[in-house]
Amino acid sequence: MSDSATLHTPLHALHVELGARMGPFAGYDMPIQFAGILAEHLHARSRAGLFDVSHMGQAELVGPDHATVAAALERLCPADFVGLAPGRQRYSQLLNAEGGIIDDLMVSRPPGADGKLNLVVNASRKAVDFALLESNLPSSVRLIRLDRLALVALQGPAAVAVLERLEPTSGLAAMGFMSARPVSFGRIAAFVSRSGYTGEDGFEISLPEDEAEAFARRLLADPDVAPIGLGARDSLRLEAGLCLYGHELDETIDPIEAGLGWSIQKRRRLEGGFPGAARIQAAIAEGPARQRVGLRPEGRAPARDGAEILDASGAEIGRVTSGGFGPSVGGPIAMGYVARSAAAPGTPVSLMVRGKPLAARVSPLPFHPHAYHRG
Amino acid sequence: MTDTRYTKDHEYVRVEGDVAVVGISDHAQEALGDVVFVELPDLGAKFAKGDSAAVVESVKAASDVFAPLSGEVVEVNKDVDAQPGLINEDAMGRGWIFKIKIANAGELASLLSEPDYAAFLKTLA
Repeated sequence: MSDSATLHTPLHALHVELGARMGPFAGYDMPIQFAGILAEHLHARSRAGLFDVSHMGQAELVGPDHATVAAALERLCPADFVGLAPGRQRYSQLLNAEGGIIDDLMVSRPPGADGKLNLVVNASRKAVDFALLESNLPSSVRLIRLDRLALVALQGPAAVAVLERLEPTSGLAAMGFMSARPVSFGRIAAFVSRSGYTGEDGFEISLPEDEAEAFARRLLADPDVAPIGLGARDSLRLEAGLCLYGHELDETIDPIEAGLGWSIQKRRRLEGGFPGAARIQAAIAEGPARQRVGLRPEGRAPARDGAEILDASGAEIGRVTSGGFGPSVGGPIAMGYVARSAAAPGTPVSLMVRGKPLAARVSPLPFHPHAYHRG
Repeated sequence: MTDTRYTKDHEYVRVEGDVAVVGISDHAQEALGDVVFVELPDLGAKFAKGDSAAVVESVKAASDVFAPLSGEVVEVNKDVDAQPGLINEDAMGRGWIFKIKIANAGELASLLSEPDYAAFLKTLA
């Protein structure tokens, strides 16, 4: 189906050529699967998966110096950006006045550039995010949208070896987890972070859109690399216990309920100065009323987004926000919000699936251990 | 003699005497992707044509399997309970889902023949 309103990433033609099943996501015609979700998921866990995430919003904040730019972003997000070292990346959230999450995002400070932060935001929220930023920045800080850049992720235990084969002098193996810097692949000037959305070691590579297809083909020529669609991207992040905007995160949920307190550094907790700080500081001090948890159905039937979560007495205590089958776990997994009194791992609950209660237990997250690079 | 018929919801029916073997078509398994769970009906359950009789879950989503004919469930495929992937490997064969004792053979006439189903699939592309 072609629709003039549907957007294409720079890799769209390549996905179609590779036989992807395409589908709509956040206004884009995106690959849902290539070889099949199970096979792609297991490939990314065992070798290296190539993901097109060019639909995500890329931008930079530019100002006179780091302190000014970081302080501008700190007025909208609860992370410590002033203390972000050159070449480092942080995960954070844009918050509304009640502390609800407008979006979650990755922020990196390029080394060697004083007064610049790189942002990556969700495709479905980029219009909202960029409007919010533009209307809240001081006059000395500008938001520059980087709409002409593609973004690809190479994720999995072989990702580092694949990139080293492609560019032996890149020094990528020495990059730490959540670090970010410019990397040249031949004549291509890319910006690379060692992070991702699968729970595996891996990299996200931002590069000019007209270089993206040739670059993707070079990666795909490596026998360790297979293309991965959005279906497996979702099952990988669910097993890794990572939040998806519109499911685990929305404007009514604050970062503490979402289990993202680790992304609010100590100085910000003490000083506040971000939207909704009072609610968030209270939730840190007293504990949130509800909490994001993992859920393991005891049988083999998956529970999906929206399923009611009941306690032992049959009272509703929350809803499933994401659910499905975990290919590496080998069974059904879900995440959802429950009252804090029911959030301890092992708590028995029921999930309502097709009108019937399905026995489940609250489970620690992640479901599949993270394998991030520790170096 | 066997006769395979289809619904527009992509179930198939293979008539074996007074019993119909029910599953999802090869087109349906391909569209669903990797099947990870099948909720089978209870033995002895009675369905009217069009009732939801089983559920097939892929990694992404759950899909109802509607009873293509009215009748009583006389057998369920335990193999797809243990190995849901059989539906992807052999939807029309070892991936059958349940067998129903046909209550009203007249309903068969409302189902699509093999060539009519193939023609119907072409209208979906």
